[in-house]
Amino acid sequence: MYPTITLDRRGKIFMKIYAKTLLSLLVFLALPGLAQARVYEYLLANGMKVLVKPDNRSPVVVQQVWYKVGSSYEYGGVTGISHMLEHMLFKGTEKYPAGEFSRIIAANGGRENAFTGPDYTAYFQRMEKTRLEIAMELESDRMRNATLPADEFLKERDVVAEERRMRTDDNPQARAYEQLRATAFVNSPYNHSVIGWMTDIQNYSIEDVRQWYGDWYAPNNATLVVAGDVDPEEVLALAKKYYEPVKPREVKKQKPRTEVEQYGERRVTIKVPATIEHVILGYKVPTLKTTDNPDDIYALEVLAWILDGGSSSRITSELLRDRQLIAGGSVSYDPYSRLQTLFTLSAVPARETSVEDVEAALRGQTDRLQRQLISEEELDKAKTQILTDRIYQKDSIFYQAMQLGALETVGIGWQADEAFNEKIKSVTAEQVMYVAKTYLNDKRLTVAILYPQQPVPDFARHKAATVVHMQGER
Amino acid sequence: MNARSIATCLLGLLFLSPSVHAIPTIQHWQTANGARVYFTSAPEIPIVDIRIIFDAGSARDGDKSGLAFLTNGLLREGAGQMDADMIAQRLDNIGAQLGNGSLRDMAWLELRTLSEKKALQEAMELMSMILSEPTFPEVAVHRDIKNILVSLEADKQNPGALAKKAFMQAVYGDHPYAMPLQGTAESIQAMTRKDVRSYYDKFYVARNAIIAIVGDVSRSKAEILAELLAGRLQEGEPAPRLEKVKPLQEAVTVYVDHPSSQTHIWVGQPGMKRRDDDYLALYIGNHTLGGSGLTSLLSNEVREKRGYAYSAYSYFSPMRSLGPFTMVAQTKNDTAADALNIMSNTLREFVKTGITSEQITASKQNITGGFALRLDSNRKLVENLSVVGFYDLPLDYLNTFNDRVSAVTRKQISNAFLRRLHPDRMVVVLVGSKNARRSNSQSSARSATASNTKAANH
Repeated sequence: MYPTITLDRRGKIFMKIYAKTLLSLLVFLALPGLAQARVYEYLLANGMKVLVKPDNRSPVVVQQVWYKVGSSYEYGGVTGISHMLEHMLFKGTEKYPAGEFSRIIAANGGRENAFTGPDYTAYFQRMEKTRLEIAMELESDRMRNATLPADEFLKERDVVAEERRMRTDDNPQARAYEQLRATAFVNSPYNHSVIGWMTDIQNYSIEDVRQWYGDWYAPNNATLVVAGDVDPEEVLALAKKYYEPVKPREVKKQKPRTEVEQYGERRVTIKVPATIEHVILGYKVPTLKTTDNPDDIYALEVLAWILDGGSSSRITSELLRDRQLIAGGSVSYDPYSRLQTLFTLSAVPARETSVEDVEAALRGQTDRLQRQLISEEELDKAKTQILTDRIYQKDSIFYQAMQLGALETVGIGWQADEAFNEKIKSVTAEQVMYVAKTYLNDKRLTVAILYPQQPVPDFARHKAATVVHMQGER
Repeated sequence: MNARSIATCLLGLLFLSPSVHAIPTIQHWQTANGARVYFTSAPEIPIVDIRIIFDAGSARDGDKSGLAFLTNGLLREGAGQMDADMIAQRLDNIGAQLGNGSLRDMAWLELRTLSEKKALQEAMELMSMILSEPTFPEVAVHRDIKNILVSLEADKQNPGALAKKAFMQAVYGDHPYAMPLQGTAESIQAMTRKDVRSYYDKFYVARNAIIAIVGDVSRSKAEILAELLAGRLQEGEPAPRLEKVKPLQEAVTVYVDHPSSQTHIWVGQPGMKRRDDDYLALYIGNHTLGGSGLTSLLSNEVREKRGYAYSAYSYFSPMRSLGPFTMVAQTKNDTAADALNIMSNTLREFVKTGITSEQITASKQNITGGFALRLDSNRKLVENLSVVGFYDLPLDYLNTFNDRVSAVTRKQISNAFLRRLHPDRMVVVLVGSKNARRSNSQSSARSATASNTKAANH
């Protein structure tokens, strides 16, 4: 038999041996040389924010333009319209008809795309550094001049419907998450997914799209982020040339739509064709934007790493390896959401383990955090992981630009990124217990359980019968 | 100046001086026991990435499908006197990130750590021990097998995963590339610790390994790290040459019934090797056909013109032996037959007429003009070094890349597609709802009506 020892004991025994390495590393992580590279901030005359983060490791540049609009700005009937509009921005302007944008970027060796989230819509190009001006000319043009043609719209609406089928409808776990949010949030716009409900997608009109474009696409509702091998003053000059001529316009004020109080635990079951079960616990928690106590947010971030940061985290070491209750599990929390969000714990049961046992095990994890202080060693380990991970993130200029863009767009401000490390270092074990008690409790909990229905036919069993040799075809 | 004129002016510059920017120099040597090392210094951020790759992918499974995957995953489950928890604790305490993975050709272990002296030393010692003294505890073998069975079950609710398995099986027949990475429920349940141990002993050896190092260390330090990492591996032998992939003799269509709203369409055949005389010709040609996102022919036909799919693309997977050429799209069941026709016709037309001068220019511009983007992070450099090392490409591979792309002619591309792709002898895999296929049978010459009667119902 395999000897079972409790994790805490193991952890302590172990820490006696390796405490020295760990402590010296935390000192190292505090060195000023590891501070963030400077961010340059400018404001154009039309109200557009410009953020530049130089990184001259490679002769490349990334441009991202972030609009303050996303699925959480939407209301019933047009859910997903922000994402639909994002697709339509690739359908041309007066100056550059459909396809030209992508063709020109491609001809210049660029990669481009866009992404929509609950709180933002962003467009980006990655280019060799001397091509930044081309990307700016094109991106500034479609900020105001997209033609949003009706004929292209109908086809693109079909594309978006296919995207939903692929990402959500034919993916049992994605459906479970969508149902979790729909159950957890009553009046918050986080109750629908970014892509929107299928019936809304299939009934958008081109007028819906045009109105959304008119409502939100304005320089004073946008942030330009440029990162890479650039000179901030030169970026500013280009930004003035291309973006400043775009006239500002009044942007609607968002209604708060603050989620109503939850009075007790909620549950939802998802019974769809599937082969494996899935258990998700979602707790409503504050974010940097919604809280009056920012310390809570950093404590929640540390807590997330305690549960699911690396292979020694509690979820993996206890539930997967030691007790063998789950085949896989994860925790997610986005402290940069604009509205109150969900802190989720999810897991797929191991074989011959019931969803009930897995749910109990996951709840046991939050329960223990409420009752038992984490050890200093475990706290230091999580902090070291978070801080080293932040250094690793510097390897990607795209990711760094995304952090700045997201923070600025949700209204937290990019400066939070610079303050992050110090805030994490000051989190205490007591704070972690406090946030576990305050936020990870049953009154904030929604449980979603995926119960597979009707077995999906076993490919291996049927393959012989379904292979058809088509001889003599053309 | 408008964007078009800027574009023209810059493109001129580009072709005059295709590699003005420093492309990292790859340094190469061997450890004392014969592991080949590839190194690039990157001192800008205080981190080090190290990857060790073995010719130990599922192509080496033999009659034990899934053994390569199982063995690779078990490395970190116990080493020397340490159990999995101890290994994990020590790595996490210094914020080191250890990853592993395996594909058909290769299996690897990779580490990302701070270059700070103590952290680097500790991380390297751990990785070395995991690599050279794995214990494969019985309890971990049993647990991993159990969890792989869950993962295999999960594949069955994923039409894309089902399609890929059926596709590889139909394209490769009795070649080892046919088998799924994680094996089958039957094969994986039959595995023992002894199987794992003997697989490890045979393939996780120095002469079957290459090491890629990128980061904030000097050449001399990198030499020490490489010895530390691989020094205790057995010298062993390189894996034997893989058997040849046989060309498809006839068109094959595979239907898999699945209760999904979309049908996943996979079309293809054996494609090319990583060291292939036609590598660049096929790569550039495919960029036009289906490899360049929204600007490609396939995306234009399937998505832009008809709104049938969110993604429609094609690619060659260059491998040790002939890796697959694959075209993929997903569309609602009703339009699957039509989408398949369009994909097949697009390919047939491209093979028949060859690449146009506008197309080759556009593809070359994108490939060469975006070359810097392939090397703009340590992560990507490690990836590039790994490919150069594993497939034994020339050390100046990256330096000469743009020049070699520029030199490929229209004729070479058209000729390569004509010789290598056979639109009339392709594998077609359709995973989706059978009912929709039946209702739509008239719209397609490749209709499934005949086969529906043969297809087993669940």
